[in-house]
Amino acid sequence: MSAILPPSERLWWKHPLDRLEAVWIAIAFIWCMVMFFMMVFWHVYGRQNLSTETYRTDPAKFSAQAQAAVDKWTVRTETEQKIPVVAPPEGADVYLVARLWSWWPILELEKGKTYKLHLTSMDYNHGFSLQPTNINIQVVPGYEHVIKVTPNASGQFSIVCNEFCGIGHHEMVGRLYVK
Amino acid sequence: MSVTTTYRTCPRSGLQFEAQAEKLTIVNAFTAVVALLVGGVLAIGVVLTRWPAVHWLAADTFYMVLTAHGIDMLIFWMIFFEVAVLYFCSSTLLRCRIATPRIAWAAYALMLVGAVWNNVAVFQGESSVMMTSYVPMMAHWSFYLSLILFAVGALVACGVFFGTLVVARREKTYEGSVPLVTFGALTACIIAVFTILSGAFILVPTFLLSVGLIDRVDPLMYRTVWWAFGHSSQQINVAAHISIWYAVAAIAFGAKPMSERVSRGAFLLYILFLQLASAHHILADPGVSTEWKVVNTSYFMYFAVLASMIHALSIPGAMEVAQRAKGYDKGLFEWLRKAPWGNPTFSGVFIALVGFGFLGGISGVMMGTEQLNLLIHNTIYVPGHFHATVVVGTTLTFMAFTYYLIPVLFRRELIAPGLARIQPYLFGFAMYFFCLVMMGAGTLGVSRRHWDMAFNGNALAYEWPGAAYLMMGLVGIGGVAAIAGGVIFVYVTVGSILWGRRLDAGAVSPRFTPVARAAPTAAAQTYGSAGFTAPGTFVLAMVFLVAFVLYYFVNWKYLGQLWGLS
Repeated sequence: MSAILPPSERLWWKHPLDRLEAVWIAIAFIWCMVMFFMMVFWHVYGRQNLSTETYRTDPAKFSAQAQAAVDKWTVRTETEQKIPVVAPPEGADVYLVARLWSWWPILELEKGKTYKLHLTSMDYNHGFSLQPTNINIQVVPGYEHVIKVTPNASGQFSIVCNEFCGIGHHEMVGRLYVK
Repeated sequence: MSVTTTYRTCPRSGLQFEAQAEKLTIVNAFTAVVALLVGGVLAIGVVLTRWPAVHWLAADTFYMVLTAHGIDMLIFWMIFFEVAVLYFCSSTLLRCRIATPRIAWAAYALMLVGAVWNNVAVFQGESSVMMTSYVPMMAHWSFYLSLILFAVGALVACGVFFGTLVVARREKTYEGSVPLVTFGALTACIIAVFTILSGAFILVPTFLLSVGLIDRVDPLMYRTVWWAFGHSSQQINVAAHISIWYAVAAIAFGAKPMSERVSRGAFLLYILFLQLASAHHILADPGVSTEWKVVNTSYFMYFAVLASMIHALSIPGAMEVAQRAKGYDKGLFEWLRKAPWGNPTFSGVFIALVGFGFLGGISGVMMGTEQLNLLIHNTIYVPGHFHATVVVGTTLTFMAFTYYLIPVLFRRELIAPGLARIQPYLFGFAMYFFCLVMMGAGTLGVSRRHWDMAFNGNALAYEWPGAAYLMMGLVGIGGVAAIAGGVIFVYVTVGSILWGRRLDAGAVSPRFTPVARAAPTAAAQTYGSAGFTAPGTFVLAMVFLVAFVLYYFVNWKYLGQLWGLS
């Protein structure tokens, strides 16, 4: 019962190593290095790396920018709330506002074109969860996250909030089109 | 130094319990089981609401119940039990009186007041902020204050543990180094100190914010520091349950660690690197650099993962060596077939070990990979993963260890040994299933902490695929089965403690008997060059590695199909 008794050798760090353990440690170490460098590799060769471009912002400033984009590029409105559908040109700065409990406005992007998506929250933390593509990004108040996105499939997408944001959390869902 | 106390030698295990330490261990372990019971009752509400066909509770009740479930299970059940483990691993294993018993009782009182008060705060309904309580969403001030009280109590208990180690050394109750299990508990305790201080560092300002003494706590700062508390507290669990695995291997098989150097080295890696895991929760956040994410999320090049992989081999390996020495030497797996599968202490630990590695470990590394995190961040995959680590790994281990403690520490006979025998299988396999289908639903994108996946009445409602509904239904079924396993556990343990036949306490003496050292056997001296002493375990480890590699790269392939992001 030696795991619950003091070890027989005083200098436990000189306790011999079984070949079995040595082989396993070597294999495990190599695998750990593979996993570590896989992240680095993907930054060089992969096409899905989350941007780190971030600015401090506040609700008033971000709302004004989002409103300006809506005024410029709205093509129609949808639902009884008349949510604007915004179709920005390629390469444009696109603003998406997360607030209790909606995503605003609806965006209409084009497949294969790249846009700069600006994300922030007006109030609590929210979770940008693009379905059914399954891209999930945290939206933190006070921080404007700028992400270059390039849709690779057309269709209708939903943006579900997947960060708990109070009693209306499950009502917070938005929409996004890709032509 | 003479302190008046007595030492009881248990006739069933040979363990020696000092009177004060024994009472403290009993009370902390019992309170833990009560917290588990409360958390388990709440689990019924969570499971039956997320099961789409049942959708039981109203939204506000659901979020309140979910908040309480998380805190009662992840904090109160775990930490009360861990305090019991710390006292056991110091006072009992070292046959030493506990340092400052009065302060240890004060620590218990603080933790109890904090735990009860926090539950009251949550059930008053103004603190449905989830366990994470991300600012600027605010709970009632008593929510934070009660957690702080609990944390102070836990920190004091850690101090009592350190003090007891000092007393044991000074009074020479043992020779040489502390046992491996105590060494593991020391690891857990050191991580606990870091964890609790991180918690204080963020919860104290948040408390001040809640009473209006300061204006603002930065939301991103909160997330970063809170997770140094939130994730590290799970690392206390890992270090504690791995220590118990070593203890159970020693108790059930008389197994000795394959190599003290390797096992202790692996615990040292935990101390050095496990705390970096705060980063796992901020991989999809703005404002944090790529380098910071890559280095921290991998525990600095996966050195803590390496440590876990070492334990994963060393523990079953030690069991295999011990079984082979007893003559169960045929083929690769006779040692495993002839293991005491009817003993819930062993079966619970083994089911926990396999589930923790295959389900919790692999999924944890996958989702902790910087880019892959985009696939599952805040989906129900996350609770799928941590139920595999914290419920299959830690809770099942603590349950298994409780079966051992009932005759030894509580001096009672189990009231329903037949039920106890099947309980680890029912609970363990139900949780395996629960975690798998939950991760399946998460892979399809289903959100965590979400009351209504149907978005009833919403003009922009998203229609989840049928498979997602199916998975969530299966989560419900698995959850109900696991809760049934939990009910059996509480019935057997609490029933045994209250109504079980009293067992002989054993001889009581005013002095401790010093702990004997492990006998230096010939095998311990020579097996370093003996070659593969545990080939069966090695084969299992290779199966694990293949599953790990396949699953890891499948997810990269999945990531490669997403929209371009840069």
